[in-house]
Amino acid sequence: MLNPSSGASARTRRRLAVAGAAVAAALLAGATPAQADPLLDGDKLILTNGIASIEGASGGGLASWSTIAGMETDRGIGLSAHVTGIALPDYGWESHGVAVGIRDRVELSYARQNFDTRKVGAALGLGEGFRFNQDIFGAKLRLIGDTVYGSPWLPQISIGVQHKRSLDGAIVRAVGAKSASGTDFSASATKLILSKSVLVNATARWTSANQFGLLGFGGPKGSARTLQFEGSLAYMLTSRLVVGGEVRTRPDNLGIAREDDAHDLFVAWAFDRHATVTAAYVDVGSVATFDGQRGALVSLQLAF
Amino acid sequence: MSVLLALALVAADPATSEPAAPPPESAAQEEPGAVDWAKEFGVAKKVPDPVTGELPVDPYTQAPANSGATPFAGARMAEAFGGQAGIRRIVGRFVDLNIADPRIADIFKNHDMIRLRRTLFEQFCYLLDAGCTYSGRDMKSSHKGLGVTRGNMNALVENLQRAMRESKVPFAAQNRLLAKLAPMDKDVVER
Repeated sequence: MLNPSSGASARTRRRLAVAGAAVAAALLAGATPAQADPLLDGDKLILTNGIASIEGASGGGLASWSTIAGMETDRGIGLSAHVTGIALPDYGWESHGVAVGIRDRVELSYARQNFDTRKVGAALGLGEGFRFNQDIFGAKLRLIGDTVYGSPWLPQISIGVQHKRSLDGAIVRAVGAKSASGTDFSASATKLILSKSVLVNATARWTSANQFGLLGFGGPKGSARTLQFEGSLAYMLTSRLVVGGEVRTRPDNLGIAREDDAHDLFVAWAFDRHATVTAAYVDVGSVATFDGQRGALVSLQLAF
Repeated sequence: MSVLLALALVAADPATSEPAAPPPESAAQEEPGAVDWAKEFGVAKKVPDPVTGELPVDPYTQAPANSGATPFAGARMAEAFGGQAGIRRIVGRFVDLNIADPRIADIFKNHDMIRLRRTLFEQFCYLLDAGCTYSGRDMKSSHKGLGVTRGNMNALVENLQRAMRESKVPFAAQNRLLAKLAPMDKDVVER
């Protein structure tokens, strides 16, 4: 992209000192550079850290992407924190979490989900305002590729694991779940197709989670993991403003209630280098026999 | 020994050791009895071309393919960038932003900025099919030894985006040019 001449001017001592540093660097060949990089380098391109998914992993809100959380590049460490609220006709959702990105290679994440059953809780005999809670511990490894750079035909590809622990074991087993904890395995491919200003993501998730795990894992209709799909399509309006949609298929294991695929339409705005706000229309279908759960999601993410 | 000498020079480098570094012009007034480091290091002094002001470079084979990508066809992209005048303004602003950017300014120190402005203009003009050919070196040899990191590359992208934005290039057209440049990262990023 740039073509500076390699011509070394020798007119000043200061310039020669720089040349001397170059000689030293060449002689030391890979040893510690004269100036160490800051640990939190914060040099990632805006929005290429993704936005926190509802499970805490970097992604598009509903889907996990192959992106790594935090604003670090391959020479530093990044930190990310988020809080998400979803208002549905019969339920409320609050989740929050943190993530660490290491050298844009490894992501470690934690998220807590709190699912408020409001009046449904009373109808289900749990008590009005009963909350299902879940902890999610995630890890992701970028295998190959880059979301932005490199061949336009090679996406960034990552594999991930999410260990989910429902904090309401007795209740989720009572509704038919086989287990109160479970582990999802996933593989994601993400690419920003610059020539079209379009970002595409596809994720395969091997999971047995009921309602993301809030209602436990497995059930009468199936206890083993099944392969599910998460797809995202987004269009970049500016380098800080993205609109898109997502779809996420889900298992349907419980006997007492049907589970549907989830969809969203989102707009994400990085109003600062370190802060992104996301607003979305979310449709998660039927939840615990209450159909048509469509509502609004708002999420705020800070990243360094 | 030479490593120690070089380290000592690093320590003495005002650009890294003193926040208020004197301007290069004053540094050029060497005190009497100063060591001729050019001679000590066996560096040949390069003389700028009297017409262009560019410093001489080692010979290389000129070819438009050195630009690192295939150009767009048709006039749409050139128009989006405001023709040659617009491209020259964007490249000028891009270079100005880079040399003023504390994240990457050091990379451009001691470089022939006259040649950089010319070859970068040629490259963009050629790729945008705005009526130029590219006479510079290929991306690998032109960035050799600069020690560019991924973060440096991202800073370059952000500065180019800003220069294009300030010149009112539509965002989709900005991205189409970036699509030509993004695969060059393998030749630009060294560490």
